[in-house]
Amino acid sequence: MSKQDHAALADAFNKDEPRVDWHDKTLWFVREKRDKAVFKVPEWEWLRETASQIKNNVLSNLSEYLMQFEDQATRNGIIVHWAADAKEHNEIVYGLLKKHGVDKMVKSKSMLTEECHLNEFLAEQGIDVVDTDLGERVVQLAGEPPSHIVLPCIHKKKEEIGEIFHEHLGTPAGNADPQFLTHAARLHLREKFLTRKAALTGVNFAVAETGEFVVCTNEGNADMGAHLADIHIACMGIEKLIPLRKHLGVFLRLLTRSATGQPITTYSSHFRRPRPGQEMHIVLVDNGRSVQLGKKDFRNSLKCIRCAACFNTCPVYRRSGGHSYHTAVAGPIGSILSPNLDMKKYADLPFASTLCGSCSNVCPVKIDIHDQLYKWRQVIVQEGYAPVAKKMAMKTMNWVLSNPSVYHTAGKAGRWFMLNAPFTVNNGLNPWWKGRDMPEVPKESFGQWYKRNRK
Amino acid sequence: MSSRDKILAVIKNNQPEQRELPSLVPPAAGGSADPAKQFVEVLEAIGGRAYIVSGWERVGTILREEYTADKRIVSGCEGLGFMMGAVDDPHSLENVELAVLEAHFGVAENGACWITEDRMIERALPFITQNLALVIHKKDIVPTMQEAYQRIADAAYGFGTFIAGPSKTADIEQSLVLGAHGPRSMTVFLIDEGMSDAGFY
Repeated sequence: MSKQDHAALADAFNKDEPRVDWHDKTLWFVREKRDKAVFKVPEWEWLRETASQIKNNVLSNLSEYLMQFEDQATRNGIIVHWAADAKEHNEIVYGLLKKHGVDKMVKSKSMLTEECHLNEFLAEQGIDVVDTDLGERVVQLAGEPPSHIVLPCIHKKKEEIGEIFHEHLGTPAGNADPQFLTHAARLHLREKFLTRKAALTGVNFAVAETGEFVVCTNEGNADMGAHLADIHIACMGIEKLIPLRKHLGVFLRLLTRSATGQPITTYSSHFRRPRPGQEMHIVLVDNGRSVQLGKKDFRNSLKCIRCAACFNTCPVYRRSGGHSYHTAVAGPIGSILSPNLDMKKYADLPFASTLCGSCSNVCPVKIDIHDQLYKWRQVIVQEGYAPVAKKMAMKTMNWVLSNPSVYHTAGKAGRWFMLNAPFTVNNGLNPWWKGRDMPEVPKESFGQWYKRNRK
Repeated sequence: MSSRDKILAVIKNNQPEQRELPSLVPPAAGGSADPAKQFVEVLEAIGGRAYIVSGWERVGTILREEYTADKRIVSGCEGLGFMMGAVDDPHSLENVELAVLEAHFGVAENGACWITEDRMIERALPFITQNLALVIHKKDIVPTMQEAYQRIADAAYGFGTFIAGPSKTADIEQSLVLGAHGPRSMTVFLIDEGMSDAGFY
């Protein structure tokens, strides 16, 4: 991972302006599709409120629901594992593969395994992992992480994907037709599905009542992998739990409409028992979630169902790209989840927002995302993790604003420089000037005007 | 202490105070007046096809017009007159051109059909087949997913899935392509016993 912060990485992304415009428009198009789908459901706001309340109940009973789920899943013949952190998660998965003598695996989309850096870990152990979601396969071949949790290669143009496929899959050079490239990937991955003995999938929802878990895909890749493999490993964050099967009726109405504007994904598969002769495993992963649960201001972030509606609507995400967040889950929700994992490393992310609130407005489970971004900023500054420049600027502002004579002198000096030496402010050192014109310089300050006009 | 016990202990300690589960009754019944019509419209919008037919005979006729006998067709429907038995190895289904299966019901709001493994011959079949046809009864269409789960209730399936249209992806520049890894086409037959065969299907 890069050591540069969001602002520096966003700057790099912004060098290519037409590309930023294209990225911005592509994601806004997805946001518009979401709106069209949502407006067709008159009870939408009731669904959001209901989902939010179900998740509140989950958070207040999480330990009980986890034990109930473990009990039910075990009765169903599923083997349940617990992982305290990313390392333990990776070791559990590797242990299962090793036990079965498997060195090749297919994997469908799982942001949790991105969070745990499973692919890198398994590669070090000599395991070949093939990501089977088309977008994920593209970024895997390109040697990059996904830039979006639902649309992993949304930052790539079709010509670039054509190039990657030409290099790795042997498609003709210069062919960038999405239909053609998808077909090439279909043939390439079908061979993988048919020859791999192990499949790993993510989990969208797990039901405490029945011990089943639900995986949603459009491509059918999770099902192709799981139903053809001898061993199916499903990895889930502990917050994916819901109490009752009938609650799926609420969440499945919200998830895909919020994500892509479809009424539902093509496949919503409910895994309850392994098929005869198959082994099915679930790895329940904590990795900081239990700690986040104890933080009153931030625990609501655990209600997230990973639809990415907040990404698509975010003016900062759309114009800075997913990689600028340098974390597995980017966007507004990633900016409130990541500081919990490593406050120092992700201290910049809560500042990568305009606090406009659009994320909270589209969130299907009503997470107060922009409020949490604001609260994280305060925690980060208090804990001393704010960037040096920001700390200095804030300290200076504090000194200026709390000393009337300094304030007046500074004001005068500022007006004088802007009037007589505009080049001292109209340059690249002034972040405000980069995207905007400086205001016209007033002849006097408000204080002077007030004194003159007060009768 | 095992990771399990440690995780559970921290969660127990950090859980907020009890919040009750909400009622699942929507403020107003939002269902369509004609669920079958809505089902067909939505299914077509997501890339699927629908035929309203008078019975199994019509299903067979339509499929025979589209699929020649040299391609592998498997059926899990008694009504079609031929049914495939259990398979030893799901990989052997790799060359199936068309699978015809009987689903339980459809959902008007999203064009999905619910099918459980007892009706799939093999779990992999609805995904590995090049083309999928599902058959339901026209009367078996519920308005939304909430009614769908009322209907599923506490059914004891090992595997079940909602299928809405053909397998698809828009991962390359948001261009929709049908036929990602699973079926390239998806047809739903809605049997309406009260329908006359005359004229059209």
